[in-house]
Amino acid sequence: MNFEELLQRPLREVLQTYPYLRDFFAALAISLPNSTIGFGEFLAGQDTAKLEEFSLGQEELRKQCAEFINQMELFKVQGDQRIREITVKAGYDKNGQAEKQDLILRTGEVVCVVGPTGSGKSRLLADIECLAQADTPSGRSVLLDGQAPDQRQRLSGEQQLVAQLSQNMNFVMDLSVEEFITMHAESRLVVDIEHTVEQVYTTAVSLAGESFSRQTPVTALSGGQSRALMIADVACLSRSPIVLIDEIENAGVDRRQALQILVQEEKIVLIATHDPLLALSGDRRLVIRNGGVASIIETSEEERQGLLQLAELDHRLNRLREQVRAGERLDFDLQQFFQ
Amino acid sequence: MSKGLFRFITVAGPPSCGKTSVILRTIEPLIAQGYKVGVVKFDCLTSEDHVRYQQAGVTVKKGLAGSLCPDHFFIANIEQAVQWGKKKGFDLLISESAGLCNRCSPHIRNVMAVCVIDHLSGVHTPRKIGPMLKTADVVVLTKGDIVSQAEREVFAFRVRQVNSRAAVLPVNGLTGQGNLLLQQHFQQAPQVDSLEGRKLRFTMPAALCSYCLGETQIGEDCQIGNVKTMDFS
Repeated sequence: MNFEELLQRPLREVLQTYPYLRDFFAALAISLPNSTIGFGEFLAGQDTAKLEEFSLGQEELRKQCAEFINQMELFKVQGDQRIREITVKAGYDKNGQAEKQDLILRTGEVVCVVGPTGSGKSRLLADIECLAQADTPSGRSVLLDGQAPDQRQRLSGEQQLVAQLSQNMNFVMDLSVEEFITMHAESRLVVDIEHTVEQVYTTAVSLAGESFSRQTPVTALSGGQSRALMIADVACLSRSPIVLIDEIENAGVDRRQALQILVQEEKIVLIATHDPLLALSGDRRLVIRNGGVASIIETSEEERQGLLQLAELDHRLNRLREQVRAGERLDFDLQQFFQ
Repeated sequence: MSKGLFRFITVAGPPSCGKTSVILRTIEPLIAQGYKVGVVKFDCLTSEDHVRYQQAGVTVKKGLAGSLCPDHFFIANIEQAVQWGKKKGFDLLISESAGLCNRCSPHIRNVMAVCVIDHLSGVHTPRKIGPMLKTADVVVLTKGDIVSQAEREVFAFRVRQVNSRAAVLPVNGLTGQGNLLLQQHFQQAPQVDSLEGRKLRFTMPAALCSYCLGETQIGEDCQIGNVKTMDFS
């Protein structure tokens, strides 16, 4: 972008090319006229006394405006770069024992993380989050597409690798479902916002046991509906290549479909779970012990077969759940139920 | 490290956003590595946060602004605080202050400036906070573990819109998760010997109206000095 050239163009045109400039001026309490004024003329016409309140002068205003456009364009480009492979080079467990193998995570993969509380699941995750370079207690290093991350970029926090979904998370904003998705899409500088909102909304509804409208306030959604919206939103709109799921509760969300959607959207899915149905839905299981990755178990053919039976059982349990929800009486013979 | 020089950092943020927790979680590993760390806690009327530092074995000095504007109080005492830190032989001195009306900022040129804000305060907060955020070198986002991913991403985006130069780091003040990168920033903070002659990054509020001087009565006759009136026409 050539800022000097931009100053010669009409304000209206500049706003069309860089719609986020509206945010820049809103933050400075500058209103935008609906006239044919030139961009440079508009900037030069700002009241010096008002700018002074923000410790700005004419020159500083132009400088910050140019800087803002540069940053936002950079942000856009970064959003388009997709990481396909994350390597966690082996480190040490809490006793200083070396981990046996490097861990390579690829997009479209579901990996379960298993181990009791305190075994070191958070430690592994924290290493990935901070892009460890042998400078955390575990001594692990993280490579992105085979490359060590740039230290300046690492310290800037620009690259958040892990999006998280956990049962402790809530919506705290007072917005409708539609406004909520729109706001997230805007912050990703998405061009076709309406299309994205529709995509996230329909995905969320298909995941939720009970439907909801686009006008429902996000804070009024049930537990299952909230989770469904969070999953759909992370799948379609999150910048982060990894999605960490901390136990999805059974009720109100189609968990297997949720995994499918995340995989389709080319996420690396990590699930901390001890639920056999979810664990077997993964391609691999990382067994964490004493702060280190003790072993990596590939899901076997037998386990995959077993998964079919588990899924059937889960399906039957879900039917019972639906009956309870509908206010019906459950009369069933356990013998028959398990057959 | 040459004699007398040590690292100094100003940490600011709205009340109850988790400043003390973030600082504690971040300096604990440094202390374990042998760093000598001191904290100056600036507050308005009361503060019990110094107890938390003491419990963690950190040398802390508390300053209460009382009837004075907290930001004016801060700037009038900060050079003394630095001299205290020098005398104590700290490797790292941190000043913690709450930005109360969001109009001001304690950040000083060429001194590492950290702003802490929490996700629970809502996505409009980054725009409301002003200079304390706008002039910071590092922005720490807390309480992210209880809001949705979307809200975290929108929040971080809006912080970047207000301050595109700063590093933006999520840190969990309870578990310390995310503190490693903040630690590395702390370890790279510019060193100081004295703040004599240094400048604030942003001006303090224009003051000196009759209310600054203790006037409590309402009415045009009581307003003397630097007064700004709204247009209700």
